[in-house]
Amino acid sequence: MKHTTEEELFAYREGEMKGRETIAAHLQECGECRAELERIEEVFRALNAMPVPDPGEEYGTKVWRQIANRLPERRVNWWTGFFFPRPLMAMGAVAALLIVAFLAGRYTGPKKPVDEILDASKVRERVLVVAVGEHLGKSEMILMELSNAQPAAAGKKLINISAAQRRAEDLVEENRLYRQTALNGGDNAMANTLDELQRVLLDVANSPAEVTPAQFQSIQKRIAAQGILLKVRVVRQELRAGAAGSKPAPAQKDSTPKARNKA
Amino acid sequence: MAEATGISDAAAVERTLAGEREAYRVLVERHSAYVYRVAYRMTGNSHDAEEVVQEAFLRGYQKLQQFAGNANFGTWVYRIAANYAIDRLRQKKNEDARREVPSRAAEGESEIDPLSQLKDSAPSPERLAGSAQLAKKMKDALDTLTPAERTAIVMRHWDGCGIEEIAVVLKSNSSAAKNTVFRAVQKLRSALKPFAEGRGAAKAVGTES
Repeated sequence: MKHTTEEELFAYREGEMKGRETIAAHLQECGECRAELERIEEVFRALNAMPVPDPGEEYGTKVWRQIANRLPERRVNWWTGFFFPRPLMAMGAVAALLIVAFLAGRYTGPKKPVDEILDASKVRERVLVVAVGEHLGKSEMILMELSNAQPAAAGKKLINISAAQRRAEDLVEENRLYRQTALNGGDNAMANTLDELQRVLLDVANSPAEVTPAQFQSIQKRIAAQGILLKVRVVRQELRAGAAGSKPAPAQKDSTPKARNKA
Repeated sequence: MAEATGISDAAAVERTLAGEREAYRVLVERHSAYVYRVAYRMTGNSHDAEEVVQEAFLRGYQKLQQFAGNANFGTWVYRIAANYAIDRLRQKKNEDARREVPSRAAEGESEIDPLSQLKDSAPSPERLAGSAQLAKKMKDALDTLTPAERTAIVMRHWDGCGIEEIAVVLKSNSSAAKNTVFRAVQKLRSALKPFAEGRGAAKAVGTES
């Protein structure tokens, strides 16, 4: 047999299974290739020789001191963190931020009878209603698509749900923010619905990209069992009605969420 | 926060998300040293490493909702640090390239002989093995790698990351990531040749650059 290449030896060292036995057999009888493998090994030994300075036992505390005052508060105005001028926020999170700002205005704004604050909170409220509504609309769409699909009839062995999965993943993030905001604002009914929605979205997001018809049906069952589609629709309608109703209303009126029990 | 120090990572994440900022401190204190070691190997110096650590935990805090408890927090923040370190390395490389004369600016990707930087002293390999000098040579050799190669070899060798995980950080596929690790080993090997396997060859190669 001809000698092994450097790349083959490297792959062998990495535990690559392809051609493993042939290379092992060759190494048994070829001293030259054994020496070559040893020289590759030498590189890794040399890597281990590179020391890393010990940052010290108190290092963690030091890091905390360095970053603590740069962390946005989460409980009080926790959403302000999203205004950080960092371009790494996902689009969903940016949309969510609008909603968060809106909800914050919705729950806290009217307590101060200052005209500008009221005006600002009204604007934010409208933005938030649109955003939450959109979020719920998107969620509803995914759930409907999944509920109505009939993959078994199409005779497929595996159903690819990766598209729905990706969308669900995006929504999970948004949903978490809205839920948290609703909780902070004391809107438990909204928080509960979003909580249930969260579980279903996570279910979808964490499924394998390709599922068997049986697995698919079990996802459908879980969606149906929670009655989540109906709840999402009801909340969405309420939001829409609330937004339409609040437009001409006087600024003092706090749009406290209520009458959501029917869901 | 005395009562918080003993809590699990998952509980600390939950409490941070619930608005308890001090709970994040537990995570920072617990994982900083590990993230520092990774960052040091990637950047090659303490100053940059410390910056990577801070940034990784800041980003971790901002993105904590995405973490969702579905992974190990240490692994997760490790990946954030690796992502940031590779961006930083690339940025630095670009800045260096702009500052250097055009003939050396192409160093990033082309196979400039790393020996040109190593031929200052050439004691016998026997004396070098395991010595501080070898460590220094290795440090220099690592500096000749591209950001992707350096990240790949650090993740693979020291942290035992799978090829898939490396591919995610490099934003490439697994066969490309595998190649990157191999290329890094090749480059390190040729940089260390005069010391690790050298003998007479060291001088012959060393003079031609």
